[in-house]
Amino acid sequence: MTSIAKPPVRHPGSRTNGRGLTLRDYEGAMSTLCAGCGHDSVTAALVQTAWELELEPHRAAKMSGIGCSSKTTAYFMKQSHGFNSVHGRMPSVTSGASAANRNLTYIGISGDGDSLSIGLGQLSHAIRRNVNMLYVIENNGVYGLTKGQFSASADIGSTSKKGESNEQAPIDPVLLALTLGATFVARSFSGDKKQLVPILKAGMAHNGLALVDVISPCVSFNDHEGSTKSYAFTREHEVEAVHADFVPLQREITVPESDAAVRVVTMHDGATVRLRSTASDYDPTNRESAYAHVRDCQSRHEIATGLLFVDESGKDMHAMMRTVPTPLVDVPYEKLCPGKAALDKLMQRYR
Amino acid sequence: MSGINDFAFKIGTVNGTGSASANGLLMQAIFRMGIPVTGKNIFPSNIQGLPTWYEIRVSKDGYTARPAAVDLVVALNPSTYARDVATVRPGGYLLYDSTWPLDPDLVREGITILGIPFGQLCVDAFEGDRDRTLLRNIAYAGSLAALLGIDMEIVGAMLTEKYGKKPKLLESNHKAIRLGFDYAHTHYTCPLPFHLETMDATRDSILMDGNTACALGALYAGATVGAWYPITPATALMEAFKAFCEKFRVDPETGLHNYAILQAEDEIAAAGIVIGAGWAGARAFTNTSGPGISLMQEFIGLAYYTDIPAVFFDVQRCGPATGMPTRTQQADLLSLAYASHGDTKHLVLFPANPHEAFEMAVTSFDLAERFQTPVFVASDLDIGMNDWMVKRLEWDDTYRPDRGKVLDATALEQVQRFSRYLDVDGDGIAARTLPGVGGKGAYFVRGSGHDKHAAYTEDSDAYQEVVDRLTRKFAHAATVMPRPEILVQDGADIGLVTIGGCDAAVREAADILRAQGIIVDVMRIRAFPFGVEVRDFLGTHERMFVIEQNRDAQLKSLLTIELGVAPASLTSILDYGGMPLTAQVVVGAVTAHPARVTA
Repeated sequence: MTSIAKPPVRHPGSRTNGRGLTLRDYEGAMSTLCAGCGHDSVTAALVQTAWELELEPHRAAKMSGIGCSSKTTAYFMKQSHGFNSVHGRMPSVTSGASAANRNLTYIGISGDGDSLSIGLGQLSHAIRRNVNMLYVIENNGVYGLTKGQFSASADIGSTSKKGESNEQAPIDPVLLALTLGATFVARSFSGDKKQLVPILKAGMAHNGLALVDVISPCVSFNDHEGSTKSYAFTREHEVEAVHADFVPLQREITVPESDAAVRVVTMHDGATVRLRSTASDYDPTNRESAYAHVRDCQSRHEIATGLLFVDESGKDMHAMMRTVPTPLVDVPYEKLCPGKAALDKLMQRYR
Repeated sequence: MSGINDFAFKIGTVNGTGSASANGLLMQAIFRMGIPVTGKNIFPSNIQGLPTWYEIRVSKDGYTARPAAVDLVVALNPSTYARDVATVRPGGYLLYDSTWPLDPDLVREGITILGIPFGQLCVDAFEGDRDRTLLRNIAYAGSLAALLGIDMEIVGAMLTEKYGKKPKLLESNHKAIRLGFDYAHTHYTCPLPFHLETMDATRDSILMDGNTACALGALYAGATVGAWYPITPATALMEAFKAFCEKFRVDPETGLHNYAILQAEDEIAAAGIVIGAGWAGARAFTNTSGPGISLMQEFIGLAYYTDIPAVFFDVQRCGPATGMPTRTQQADLLSLAYASHGDTKHLVLFPANPHEAFEMAVTSFDLAERFQTPVFVASDLDIGMNDWMVKRLEWDDTYRPDRGKVLDATALEQVQRFSRYLDVDGDGIAARTLPGVGGKGAYFVRGSGHDKHAAYTEDSDAYQEVVDRLTRKFAHAATVMPRPEILVQDGADIGLVTIGGCDAAVREAADILRAQGIIVDVMRIRAFPFGVEVRDFLGTHERMFVIEQNRDAQLKSLLTIELGVAPASLTSILDYGGMPLTAQVVVGAVTAHPARVTA
């Protein structure tokens, strides 16, 4: 079983958000992943994010492909719509859904196998299309459901549980996304909720595809010594370039004037993200320097995390397609069918 | 066999030299003379430099199948001279470009050879290589107008329509057409014994290709999302849809689009986009051909198993593999009917011509939403890319899309619990909700095993309950799919069974056979699953021929698998060389069969 309903326990004292919903209201079925799985922490961060953002659950759609990560869409936001599709193809299904109904919040959950091997093409083209969605890659460097094969994100020299060493160069989704013109690129760690939640919030508010690569250790098959995606390795080698604080539109923005290191980026819906670079020269609005920084970290065997790049001025899929603001599913048929008179007239062209 | 308004001619040229517009001009002029006409473009999978032919058949009786014999061949491509001259019927004519000496390949006893120096005429009259090459085509059109008796006033008017806004082009085209026309008149007796005389038989008709017709159907059905990957011979379908949308679906005030066309990275993504959009509630479609259908298999199974509407236009071409992309076939029948792994069965529509393609395009969206399942429109290259003379398309403004069982927020208030795959009505169709709806409407689509509540399951009974419902749904669909078109003739003891674009040739064959004393009934199957009429027809004819355009008798297989018909009662007539079917193939096979005549 991959989903077990949670018992309906009430916590009278639990806090409610602006919609009168508690954190529990944003939870889903019981996770069936291994105890300690990084993915469960990402799920918890998503629950926190949705609750804090006060999302209307039924206005969100959880999209996924196949794999441990893709299963997690059942474990949060049970009142939301969900689509667990086929392996590596979540991006195209989300593209279609978004084309049809642009007014839903699309939360795509994928993994390194789903997005970097079988679905690399779909990920790349969803980035190019700039589908308005949060795209989370729960990256553990390993195929968990099939018990421990290397994935395309495994680093050279990283060893499998059986002791085999990976010889092939890894695909880094962050570098890939930066190269392909992604307008929101971040990396985080499942064990760092403080960093992850604001990034997820900003990603959901972003107008376009927000790629969030989350190092999410696999306790069963890739958490040993020799792994570069383990809890220990990630904790030791994580370098946060820029810390994001998400400020929803409703709240008053108070930027400490003295803090020159804080950049404020206004999102599409008016909310703001306050980016505090830990290195004083880091510029998260500069694609080239973001790329260079990630490469530099790699060469030092460090993992660059944080909201690495954001460009809120890019066109999303609908802007590129020049679609009407009304979701296409809500355009009345009368507006879509040219009618008999038009067809009769058109027939003259074929004579 | 040939005579007034009853003959065929063929033009052999090199592709990429501009002959298509001249050929289209000829066909349209004949059509405007009120004479039934058909054109078949036999073109290479190439942009420039390979042989291409255009066959035009005129038939006062309205036959539109590809002609078996050609009365006049215009041979303008030296690389195919030998082949082209061989296709002229005995007693027929050959027209060649006499700028160059008569090629020995073109010499043949028993035919009349006409030479007109098209090349030289154009070199003398026009400047520049480009003009000289392009206008050579218009010059041969002019000569054909003289030889065949095409109304030059109509031709002139058409040139004016086409080039009215470009005076220089208009002048050179007029000049070229006269060059060819006058030369033929001066040097040969015009018109030839077989030629054209004005009729009034095309007033209610149009010339249209099936890709355009499908695109119009999608437009009128209210499709808003089109996703595709370019592939011959399906490309023009989405291009036509785009052009129609630009004309009819752009908000006049804002310039914004009431449609979304996504050119995907491959056919897999195109299928995913269509399924995502269908899930979200849009009428969505893709256009593809055999290789694309192969790539889409996994997604097709997902949509089948999760009850998501999706429309696939398969413009079939010659397979397997890359095959012959510019030749026609009906060889995807089995791969459409049973597309994807596991137990799957799909609704398939088989239009016979562009007129029916338009109607079936609309029907496909209704069926897809009503039955919440993939629907395929099995067109082919011949239907899709050739201009057919068909009745004008008609539209009934009272039409409203059949959106099927969709529960909105209000309807959800009436139900105790929403169970996505619960068969409340016993027809196999469970009500769905669209993402975005609140209340109890949210559910989780999963391609993995699920029960009637859409919850994950590995339980045998819960799993079987869902797939058995899909079987019921399919059986229910069989009762509402388009019925076969059946021709019954008194005294018939033979049944001809056919499908799709074979229709024109089979009907013509039935007439030829009757003239020979062989009376046949004809059933053209229009949809899968087969309805009761198909079963009845097969049950009431002892000897039947199944005529289809593939090697492996795929329609016959479907009939035997689905209806339990004894294979021995069905004799296959298979034509799979990639050309549109001719009546003579059918006549020949029926008359040659030892068991054909019982009367």
